[in-house]
Amino acid sequence: MSGVDAQQAEVEGHLSGRRLPRWSTPALAGGALLVGLIVQLTGWTVVGLAPGVVAAIVFLLGQAITSLAIEGRRHSKDRIATTLIYATFVVALTPLLWILITVLVKGLSVFDWTFFTSTMRNVSPRQPGGGILHAFLGTLEQVGIATLVSVPVGLLAAIYLVEFGKGRLKFWISFFVDVMTGVPSIVAGLFIYTALILTGVLQQSGFAAALALCILMIPVVIRSSEEMLKIVPNDLREAALALGVPKWKVILRIVVPTAISGLITGAMLAVARVAGETAPLLLTTFLAQDINLNAFNGSQTSLPTFIWDQISRGTTSSVNRAWGAALALILFVLIIYAAARILAARFTPKSR
Amino acid sequence: MSTSTDETAQSAADPAGISGTAIRAGDRNFLGLSRGAGILVLAVMAAIAAFLVWKAIPSLQADSANFLTEQSWLPDQTPSVFGIAVLAFGTFVTAVIAMLIAVPIGFGIALFIAFYARPRFGKALGFIVDLLAAVPSIIFGLWGLYNFMPAVTSFARWLTEYLGWIPIFANDKQLWTKSLLMAGLVLAIMVLPTVSAISREVFVQVPRMHIEASLALGATRWEMIKMAVFPFSRPGMISAAMLGLGRALGETIAVALILSAVFEVNTHITEPGGNSFAANIALKWGEAGEVGRSALIASGLVLFLITLAVNMIARWIIARRKEFSGAN
Amino acid sequence: MSKQIDINDLNIYYGNFLAVEGVNLTVRANSVMSFIGPSGCGKSTVLRCINRMHEVVPGARAEGSVRLDGENIYGPNVDPVLVRRTIGMVFQRPNPFPTMSIYDNVVAGLRLEKTKGDKRNLDEVVESSLRGANLWEEVKDRLKKPGAGLSGGQQQRLCIARAIAVEPKVLLMDEPCSALDPISTLAIEDLIRELRERYTIIIVTHNMQQASRVSDMTAFFNLAAVGKPGKLIEVGPTQQIFTNPQEKQTEDYISGRFG
Repeated sequence: MSGVDAQQAEVEGHLSGRRLPRWSTPALAGGALLVGLIVQLTGWTVVGLAPGVVAAIVFLLGQAITSLAIEGRRHSKDRIATTLIYATFVVALTPLLWILITVLVKGLSVFDWTFFTSTMRNVSPRQPGGGILHAFLGTLEQVGIATLVSVPVGLLAAIYLVEFGKGRLKFWISFFVDVMTGVPSIVAGLFIYTALILTGVLQQSGFAAALALCILMIPVVIRSSEEMLKIVPNDLREAALALGVPKWKVILRIVVPTAISGLITGAMLAVARVAGETAPLLLTTFLAQDINLNAFNGSQTSLPTFIWDQISRGTTSSVNRAWGAALALILFVLIIYAAARILAARFTPKSR
Repeated sequence: MSTSTDETAQSAADPAGISGTAIRAGDRNFLGLSRGAGILVLAVMAAIAAFLVWKAIPSLQADSANFLTEQSWLPDQTPSVFGIAVLAFGTFVTAVIAMLIAVPIGFGIALFIAFYARPRFGKALGFIVDLLAAVPSIIFGLWGLYNFMPAVTSFARWLTEYLGWIPIFANDKQLWTKSLLMAGLVLAIMVLPTVSAISREVFVQVPRMHIEASLALGATRWEMIKMAVFPFSRPGMISAAMLGLGRALGETIAVALILSAVFEVNTHITEPGGNSFAANIALKWGEAGEVGRSALIASGLVLFLITLAVNMIARWIIARRKEFSGAN
Repeated sequence: MSKQIDINDLNIYYGNFLAVEGVNLTVRANSVMSFIGPSGCGKSTVLRCINRMHEVVPGARAEGSVRLDGENIYGPNVDPVLVRRTIGMVFQRPNPFPTMSIYDNVVAGLRLEKTKGDKRNLDEVVESSLRGANLWEEVKDRLKKPGAGLSGGQQQRLCIARAIAVEPKVLLMDEPCSALDPISTLAIEDLIRELRERYTIIIVTHNMQQASRVSDMTAFFNLAAVGKPGKLIEVGPTQQIFTNPQEKQTEDYISGRFG
């Protein structure tokens, strides 16, 4: 060990730039809140700004000026950027909490046993009561059909892209899968209407609605399945191929089972995405007030179209029912979403 | 797209990617099936365009006004009179408002998650922002109509009171709800997760070594972001904004619930009124006759083409980017 | 004017994991010191503590003191931004900013401090820094071309030019040649010998020949086992470390009986 003079005195040199002390941020925040409080109590303000806004401006300006005076231009800019970036985080959380709490509070006020077990049959818009059973069953059926169609198609297309595809065809399919995720949902509805209903292939029905959902669901399933299949290590494929197993068996027996939890997660996220879609359903099916389990014949309501219907009726009881159905829909979507995430977190292979 | 056919021929000759081996029947069938599923995507995209064009033609022939500039929407009248001027204007204005708000905030959230928050907290926050994306648009509409709009009316009043000398904020009707501004604000919240999720992915890919290089030169955190992160991420950030724009342009239900559909180009964005392509289809569909539906399909075709262009440009930028950074 | 570095009782952590324990070390001004040792012994970690780059990794922290001519860079009022300006760093893989030209790469650090204008001054700095990094003759005709277009060895010298353009007192090099071919490696080693006239240099290397070629002093780090903290085993004149080490571990490592 080389000798070191441990007794060396502390030296203050040019590395110690003048910095704002740690307490400056809470102190400024406190001061800004105080100003905001004064504005709130006295009603005195500049150009009609709300107390919270005044407080935020005081904080931002105060920090920028003190930092500029003590720490210099560069640190001042850094502090302004940091404050604004932290502020965006608050801005992101506010609407989410606001929506969730509103839906929870208003939805719970109409939640009771009959709300889940009855339909809107013989319930007039002005009357309280009635329920969402028919809409919930409609959602289950339409989303179920959409899943049954979309998942095999999406998985096969993903298998093509990962296992077989090359060159231009792969590029164009891959490119249009991405573009297809951006197709507006109302256009998906218009497409099914023009291609299948106007041409007389289908009636306006739950099945037509489900097909419209497929247009939105397939690209999402392809993308997520593709990601999952790519994670499967090549060694596995090569080991099996080297044993003389045909490629299609390798894919079905080895690649897909290896990636299965990820594939399921992706499919569930796609379900969560389309379960709340309203617009395409308005064009492809009519609203019903009672249970209709036949997807091919007659009108069929789902949770989103139920909400739309109740809002458009505009009475106090119908809007209350809309909130109740909104809570049911959000719970349905969030449960699928959370389950998918938990599944993903638990079973995804660690390596990439 | 014509190029895809010769590619098909080429890969049919060599389906498994191993030339010189005999093709088993099972492999051939399976390849055919999976390639068919892939080609279905191309077919559907082509079919959407084809069917919308086909079914839009009758109304376009019946239209006695200029489809692009006419401000009223009376397709089922004789003679039929309708045009997309109001729809295009409303769609454009709401999308611009949404972008002006959602793009900077979305980038901010992404920066916060990638470079400011502790990793575990950042991950949780990313999950929460994704949750915002999972909220169905009908619920945004319901909340926007009954909660958000009443709460934000005072902001719209404030705009008129203090910035009313700017023509767009003037308000002659003395009503501040159900306006393009309100629809734009709700759209901003709805596209926020799209913008922030994609830009976050791009930020996370910035190589650690570039970040460290700038910090080692004595950059502050913000200077590091400007020096190492933004130049590297610019294409991805543009794409993120454009994908958000695509979502804002096509959003239907929330806008339909918030706007009071008035067929008039009104540049006073705090006044009730305005309409958008998607919202108009949802609102007018039930009452429309044969020509009316065809007219709505024609407007849907315009919307489809606009969002197609926006999405294709965005994806093109990302795809080009991938070729560049293939080494990473 | 280069400066002396004194490290006192430095403990380095990643979260709760003690990665390096109890380092005491002095690096004299205008000298070159190499850090050698097996992988994972913490030599790069110690290096990154000398300009406070270690704490950039979330959860990472250091205890103890690192003094630059007596001033503790972990002192309460010290600004890490100033520390990193004073103590420059060159990384394992050449990392010029991919979107910037050669010229902009060299002045990237200066542009942070100075306002715009002063073009002639910047031109001078670019030339002197590139000359200092033995790169001027090779790139003087294409200063506006992207830095990523250079060869690996040229890119690394560009990074050295970028580091010395802000006129640091100390230069830290983290295995600067490990990604380079032998000829580029020789060019960098020549450069290091020239740079010691003006800077205090610490270089982490896996290559013992390189350590013996370029450095005046050598520090050997080792760790007892995986999961145990790394430690400074021995430090001394390079000549002595390679011919007559005092510690058995050092001798084993030098003579190749180790890992």
